[in-house]
Parts: sequence; C-alpha cells; structure tokens
Amino acid sequence: MKIAFSTNGTNREDLVDSRFGRAERFVIIDSISDELQVVDNIQNRQSSQGAGIQSATTLINQGVGAVVTGQCGPKAFTLLERSGIRVYPCPAITIAEAFRQVQQNKLSATTSATVEGHWGEV
Amino acid sequence: MKELIVISGKGGTGKTSLTACLATLAEQCVIADCDVDAANLHLLLSPRVHHRTPFVSGEMAVIDETRCNQCGHCQQLCRFEGISPTPPYTILPSGCEGCRVCAHFCPQQAISMVPRQCGEWYRSVSSAGPMIHARINVGAENSGKLVSLFRQQARQLAEEQQSPWLLVDGPPGLGCPVIASVTGADAVLIVTEPTLAGQHDMVRIIDLLEHFSMTGYICINRWDINPEMTRTIRQIAEQRGVSCVGLIPFDRQVVSAQLKARPVIDQPDSIAAMAIKDLWDNVHAILSTP
Amino acid sequence: MKLAIASGKGGTGKTTLTVALAQAAQAPVQLLDCDVEEPNSHLFFTKGDSKRDVVTVAVPHIDPQRCTHCGLCGDFCAYNALACLPTETILFEGLCHSCGGCMRLCPHQAISERQQRIGYIDQWRHGQIDLFSGVLDVGQAMSPPLIRAVKRHQQADKLILLDCPPGTSCPLTTTIHDADVVILVTEPTPFGLHDLQIAVETVRQLNRPVAVIINRSDLGDQSIHDYCRSKKIPILLQIPFEKRIAVAYSRGDGLLDALPGLQPQLALVLNQARKLYRENLT
Repeated sequence: MKIAFSTNGTNREDLVDSRFGRAERFVIIDSISDELQVVDNIQNRQSSQGAGIQSATTLINQGVGAVVTGQCGPKAFTLLERSGIRVYPCPAITIAEAFRQVQQNKLSATTSATVEGHWGEV
Repeated sequence: MKELIVISGKGGTGKTSLTACLATLAEQCVIADCDVDAANLHLLLSPRVHHRTPFVSGEMAVIDETRCNQCGHCQQLCRFEGISPTPPYTILPSGCEGCRVCAHFCPQQAISMVPRQCGEWYRSVSSAGPMIHARINVGAENSGKLVSLFRQQARQLAEEQQSPWLLVDGPPGLGCPVIASVTGADAVLIVTEPTLAGQHDMVRIIDLLEHFSMTGYICINRWDINPEMTRTIRQIAEQRGVSCVGLIPFDRQVVSAQLKARPVIDQPDSIAAMAIKDLWDNVHAILSTP
Repeated sequence: MKLAIASGKGGTGKTTLTVALAQAAQAPVQLLDCDVEEPNSHLFFTKGDSKRDVVTVAVPHIDPQRCTHCGLCGDFCAYNALACLPTETILFEGLCHSCGGCMRLCPHQAISERQQRIGYIDQWRHGQIDLFSGVLDVGQAMSPPLIRAVKRHQQADKLILLDCPPGTSCPLTTTIHDADVVILVTEPTPFGLHDLQIAVETVRQLNRPVAVIINRSDLGDQSIHDYCRSKKIPILLQIPFEKRIAVAYSRGDGLLDALPGLQPQLALVLNQARKLYRENLT
C-alpha cells in the first residue's frame, strides 16, 4: 500500500506537516517495495480556495491507500473517505517514525474531519 | 498561545477601538488586522513596518486588442458583469471574477488570464507588540485566503516570540473572510451595541458560530444608550449559551483618544477604559482556565 | 435616478440615512437593501405583509451515466469546486461561482445546471416606499449574485435608493458600478477619514459622481472638510451627534422620527444629488 505524508521536506527524516491542502509536498512511501516518491503540492497550495480538494484529488489519482497529516478538513476528508483512503492524524514527528507507527498500528485512523475548513490555509 | 478573534458583523460598533485596547492590555501579544477593507488598527497602534510583501490573489482576464475582432462572444458568456455591455469590449476589473470562461471560449484566442495584484502586507512592530497588517489596492477585496494568510503569519510570529496571546481584528459581515477568521480560534468576541441592528447582526453571528461549533462571547458597547435593549441582547445571547463578558458605556473620550491616535485605554480616568479593563480581566480569566 | 448610499467605514449611519432619504422623498421610491450579509433597512419599518422570493444560482449537475471522468472540468474550474476522482466527479457547491464554464466545456455533455438556493429577497410596500431586502443564507460565502438579483427589481421611472454593503470590495462595486450618484456617509474621526479616502478612490475609479454626508459632525475634527475641499467633493449634509438620535435608532426608530425637522434638508440632499447626476450627464 502507498502511504502519503504531508510535509515541507523531501525525505524520511523530515517532519510531517500539520497542514494538508496547504502542505508544500507529499512524500509517498510504498510499504511493499519501500520506494519513496515526492509529489509537489505547490500549485494546489497556492489556490485561492479549495486547496484541500485539489491535494486529495492528487493523492487519489496517485493511488495511495492512506494519508498521514496533522489536520484534515471536511472537504478533503469527504473525498479521501469516499475513495476508501484512511486518514491518520499525526503530530509533527519524522516521516520515518510516522511510517513505523502506521505499520505497527500505533496511529489510529480518524472517522471524521479533524478541523473545520480553511484551517491550514497558506 | 491563545487566539482571540474580535468581530462585530455590523460596522461601527467599536470593534477596532476595543481590539486596540485589548492589545495594549495583553502583555506580549501579537496582533493581526484582518479587517483589511477598513484597516484602521494601525491608526491607533502606530506600527513601524519591518517587512513588506506584495500579494496576489486569483486571476483576471485581459483582452489583447490586436487580436480581438469585437465579436462579443465573451460578453454573452460572462455571468459577472465583467465585460463592458457594448463594443469596444473591455474587461471591467470590478466585475471580473477570474472564472476563465471568456479566455477559454474566445474564438480569436484574444483573452488571457493574469494574476491579480491585490496589495501589500506588512510585518511591523506596533505600540502594543508585533503586528501583521495590510494595504489592499482600490477595488481589491478581502478574502478567506488573505485572512488565513494573516492568521498563519501572525501565529508563526506568536510562536517565534513565544507570545501567550494572538489578537485578531476580524473582518465585517458574515461571509468567507469571517468564516476564515473564526475557524480554529480559541474564542470569538462579538462586539455589539444596544440597537435593533446590533441585535439582529449578533444573532446572525451566533448562528454562524453554532454552525462551526465555536465558542463565542459578547460585549455590548455604548450599553447605556439603551439599557433595556442591552438587557434584551444579553438575554438572547445567554439563551444561546453565549455569555456577556463586558458592558462598555458611551464615552466621548473614545473619540478624543482616537483624534490623538491612541486607544482610549491610555486615558485611565475614562469610564470606557475602566469597563474595558474589566472586560479584559474576564476574557483573560476564561481563556486562562484550562 | 439611482442613488447609492455607501460608507467605507461601518456604523456611520448609512442605513439610517438611506431610510430617512426614502421617507423624505415624498414620491414613489424603491429602497433596495444590498447589504445582504447584514440587511438592516427593514428594521426601521413596521412589519407588514411581505412577499418572499427565493434567490438561486446555477450550479453544475453531473450526469454519472455520461461522465467519463476525463477531468477536464476539474482542471478548468478556477475555484476548485470540482473534484475529478477516478470513478466519480464531486461538486463542492460552496466554492462554485456559477460561471457555467464546466457545462460548456464538457466534451461528453455530462454537465447540466440546477438551481441552488443562496438566500431570498423580501418585498414590502410602506406608503410610497417599495422596500426590497436581500438576505444571504448564513454560511453562504458569495454575495454578488444576490446583490445582482436585488438590483434586477430596479424600475427606471422611480427614485432608486441603494443601501450599500460595507467596505470597498466586490459587494460594493457590484452595487454601485452603475449608480448615477454615490453618497458616502462618514464621521469626522481618523477612522472615518481613512475609510472615506479609500471609498472615494473606489467610486472615482468607477467614474461615478460622489458626494459626502458627515454624521455625528461635532464628535471629531475638521479633517473631513479639509479632505473634501482638496478633492472637490461636495458635502451635502452635516448631522450633529444627539443622544435622542442614538436612542431613537437603538429602538428601531428612524432619523425623521427623532428629528422631523430634518425633512426639508433631506429633500434638498436629493435635489443636490439630482443636480450632480445631470451635471455628470452633460
């Protein structure tokens, strides 16, 4: 399964960003092959509105199965949930640590948006 | 860090004057002026600008006159009064919402979209602490994006300075900028006045806060203009679970302080200043309780 | 004549004055409350029989049978209102500006439009005054479509008074861009002056004739006068602060209830506005 982490970094030692739609990038790790891929989110985060929607659409089209981020707003959550993607709210720890915790079932998926819309804009 | 947003719905209730007083009372606070359409906080807190950054928001259409053959197709398609009704067809910046329809469907490909310059925002040091504020271009508008940008910058600043308080002078009305200003804040202080309009707008804001499950408090400015109405407003708010944290009397010293470009809290003998001090103590106590 | 009454700063008495001007006109008047986020004009009138029309905007409706999930509409939408997923396309109504682009663009004719409520307009008749009050539903972010709907009630043969939304952005320009004269209501304080300057720039950019009314004219200084003189802006009226006006207003009584003697002066304001309008035509 591919797991996406919102971040402003590019590798496993960088921290998970609390923002989703306004995160700079997503680091995607394939839990089977352990391959790492970096997806730029610059264009989405600069949208005047609907950044979360665009970011969610990007990740859905990337075929990820789970998203690890600080906070996820209602519109993005709706899209991810409808596409069967689990959302794991997570503090600002390294991507490597967050990846380990997901694999060991130490992070729990949320069943609803964790914040109201507009939370992490810009 | 506690983030307090001051809003009023209706204009002229004294929101900005009150915010300036609270900012002066709060020790080590960071201030954000999100009322960018009528940004007045700087008139009371005399900020010195340290950094200025231009900002763009959205796009606007432009017509290349050398390509345009005046067919008028764009005018028929535009739903925003963004193109002059008669030839020669020009873009009306006041109407254009940047939807891209005219640019995409122009048979001559004579229309393109350009980023819309909206103004500048500033990082400053004011008499009450670090401050984020802006000057927007004429006709440019406040937006949820702008408000969110300011709050984000102000939060960052508050974290850097380890400030315990972030005070936000919120935008007017109930639209997108207000929604962007209240979501995620620790508390919202509604400034109202004992008038029918004040009551009407306060109820609409309480509806909005309920919609977003947010905690609100009210204070009533110039309460003694109509004590009976003050009582009514207070009752309505309290029935909705919104408590009243302050009553500020009418005081001519508010205007005389403004003419000196200072918040009225600087005139400790003024009755408004005393009431605002009590108000701040109440807010402080409520928000400091875990 | 379409006369817009606006104020950069809120709470300067714009609505009170608009209502008083309507009452002072002593002729058929349409009073259009375009402050749809906080419409307050109707508070000055006794409640009577009103007619309510729901206002809607067109939003896309996607036919799942025809949609091939090509993603073109989502890429086009400037407002990110459409999310194109591999198996479905989802609309976020709150973000849609009703531009109609996606519908025109869809190569599979999978998008039609349906009507979505954004608010309503109440209409009353009070003597010679026809009041139209636009009310935006709480939680709705976009007021210009509702303002345009209110303005569609304008009848050219009547005196039209537009109670404007606050600020100087989209809602205001939507209201005043085709007004014949714009009166800005201000107060003689630093806040009032600062916001007046921005409002004047906005109105002048739209090439509308502008005039000023100073409210609570004795609670401040001379700076508004100096500014108006330097910009050649006529001051049509000055109303001093009086506690009985403030008290009357708080009860929902109008300016003319508190000061009936003001009627001739207000009628004069309307005549001066007409003069400005005619001068601008020639």
